[in-house]
Amino acid sequence: MALLEIQNVSRRFGDFTAVDQVSIAIEAGEFFTLLGPSGCGKTTLLRMIAGFDLPDGGRILLNGEDLADRPPEERPVRTVFQSYALFPHMSVEGNIAFPLQMARTPSADIPAKVEAALEDVRLTGFGKRYPHELSGGQKQRVAVARALITHPTVLLLDEPLAALDAKLREELQIELINLQKEVGITFVYVTHDQTEALALSHRIAVMNKGRVEQLDQPSKIYSFPTSRFVADFIGTCNLLEGSVTASRGGAVSVDVKGLGPVLVATTRATGMTVGPGASGAIALRPEKIRIAASTPHAGSDAGSCAASDTATENQFHGTVTDFLYLGDVTVYIVSTPQGCKLETLLANSGAGRAKFFEVGDAVEVSWSADAGHFIAP
Amino acid sequence: MPGTSSPHEAMTTRSKERVGKWLVSGPPLVYLLFFFAIPALIMVLASFRTPGEFGGLAPLLEDGQLDLNLDSYVRFFTESVYAQIFVKSVWYALLTTLFCLLLAYPLAALIARSPKKYRDLLLLLVILPFWSNFLIRVYAWMIILGPNAAMARMVNGALAWFGHEPVPLLFSSFAVLICLVYVHLPFMVLPLYANLEKHDQALLDAAQDLGASGWQRFWRVTFPLSLPGVYAGAALVFIPALGIFAIPDILGGPEDSLIGNVIKQQFLETRDWPFGSVLSIVLTIAALALAGLAAWVGRSQLGTPSSGAPARA
Repeated sequence: MALLEIQNVSRRFGDFTAVDQVSIAIEAGEFFTLLGPSGCGKTTLLRMIAGFDLPDGGRILLNGEDLADRPPEERPVRTVFQSYALFPHMSVEGNIAFPLQMARTPSADIPAKVEAALEDVRLTGFGKRYPHELSGGQKQRVAVARALITHPTVLLLDEPLAALDAKLREELQIELINLQKEVGITFVYVTHDQTEALALSHRIAVMNKGRVEQLDQPSKIYSFPTSRFVADFIGTCNLLEGSVTASRGGAVSVDVKGLGPVLVATTRATGMTVGPGASGAIALRPEKIRIAASTPHAGSDAGSCAASDTATENQFHGTVTDFLYLGDVTVYIVSTPQGCKLETLLANSGAGRAKFFEVGDAVEVSWSADAGHFIAP
Repeated sequence: MPGTSSPHEAMTTRSKERVGKWLVSGPPLVYLLFFFAIPALIMVLASFRTPGEFGGLAPLLEDGQLDLNLDSYVRFFTESVYAQIFVKSVWYALLTTLFCLLLAYPLAALIARSPKKYRDLLLLLVILPFWSNFLIRVYAWMIILGPNAAMARMVNGALAWFGHEPVPLLFSSFAVLICLVYVHLPFMVLPLYANLEKHDQALLDAAQDLGASGWQRFWRVTFPLSLPGVYAGAALVFIPALGIFAIPDILGGPEDSLIGNVIKQQFLETRDWPFGSVLSIVLTIAALALAGLAAWVGRSQLGTPSSGAPARA
């Protein structure tokens, strides 16, 4: 049995369904992330776990016990709020001691516990300061220390890094991962930032319009999105629309408009089987497409070589129409003669060269059948 | 030549700036001078002078000598009745402040938490009594508390049931206090509302999330953060309540004279202006001292945070 079970939970506000029949089982010790755009219902779901909001339907079980009748103050669940919600009239010590006082911890034991908590979040010596004297990152750490001091069963984090700048965010992400490993408490993390979700989580539930679109490990979510929404929301993705023309063991051939037949493996990850005639899209990450200078003898051949029975490679000719130099990588937009645009990514690791291709260069793009991923509509 | 004209221009802009500063700060200074500093000085001067034979003040220069003395001060500090009235006035003002706080806090909190579209209407209702004349509102209490009104009948009915003698409600310290509280209530509600309305709901959510019950959330979060509003409201109630004379005049008994009544008496009836001035000065100093004390206590309690009111994130 999972530690935290969300069973068919729904929440409606008037005509608007914020959370629609969501079922998620979160295991003990897991770093679980609810990821989605604003308004997808992730924060509403978090507030229902904390107890600030109640489901209209479904149940939330913690250790097998229905939480419906327990107000927030009686749930073994703590929240790190987006604004941190530190008490401005209390010092850092006062803030961290607050939950201990509420739990009627003997006052003699409090200072030592507060000191240990400050050490855990590397804020030793900051105890006497007031929240307005702290930086954003320090406030965030105080909020985490305050939420963890009574050893809750689950820690909820509501976009705790959203207000910080990018460099600090990365640093605190690493801190959060280590802290979670150290304390072993289940973290439920809400964010709209897909890179943050990928970096932090053991598992991610991608939410859209109140529903869970996909629930899986970060690498699976990234590599094998099961819906157009997930493919589009997480990272950058080429979505090649087309319909299946042939199905062979473990792979299908998809006729993509403006590109021709493209071979896609179907056995991996989703185990989805698609028969001929099915239409959908191939999700193909830019970095999985290889790009090379066109060899002169192949220049006139605009077709593909993917249709042959033995091939596991897709290869097309095209022209660079745009590029974005990003320092570590360059994004090339390659157009095929039939008008299909592909976004590709190339690491700028070639010694002594600033970049590889110019606009107008004839190039050859290729990817293996298992690099793409077929998404039925 | 542009080189020669620029220093001259700089000079004129600088003097223009100076004129501008005076234009901006001048009117308030003039206002303070005429409506505060000069009247206060006149009062201080009057407190050292001799009362005139038929009221007012005796001439300042008598036989070529300045007629200034400490007689009125001596009188205040030797006749204990004035100190007693003073203490009683402070006591009444403190009680008024306390009852106003107890009544205004729940009301202000309720308005602050009601839906935004109703708040303005509710605030309007709070200040609505100001639309009628102060004296009319005080006289209204004469009717409400009168011996034949429902309230007196109910109270005395209850007292009779317990075998107690009936008591008059009107012309008593009870009537004075109830009216003092009624008149000053809006002055407590408004600053409290202004403070409570700014409170961040996230702080209460956080307190609840961290295990605080409703009472604990109030005493540990809401109340401490509302202290600036409490102090502002207390000052707005305490200071005018300390100097009031109309309410004891109309609703009080002979024992309910407050310092305001005595001061009024000195100026209008006994016509001893110097002594009235002394009483006024002592009243001003007492009010300032108490306000200063409250501010000092408040600051030492609140600790370092510069702004007591939490800003919304």
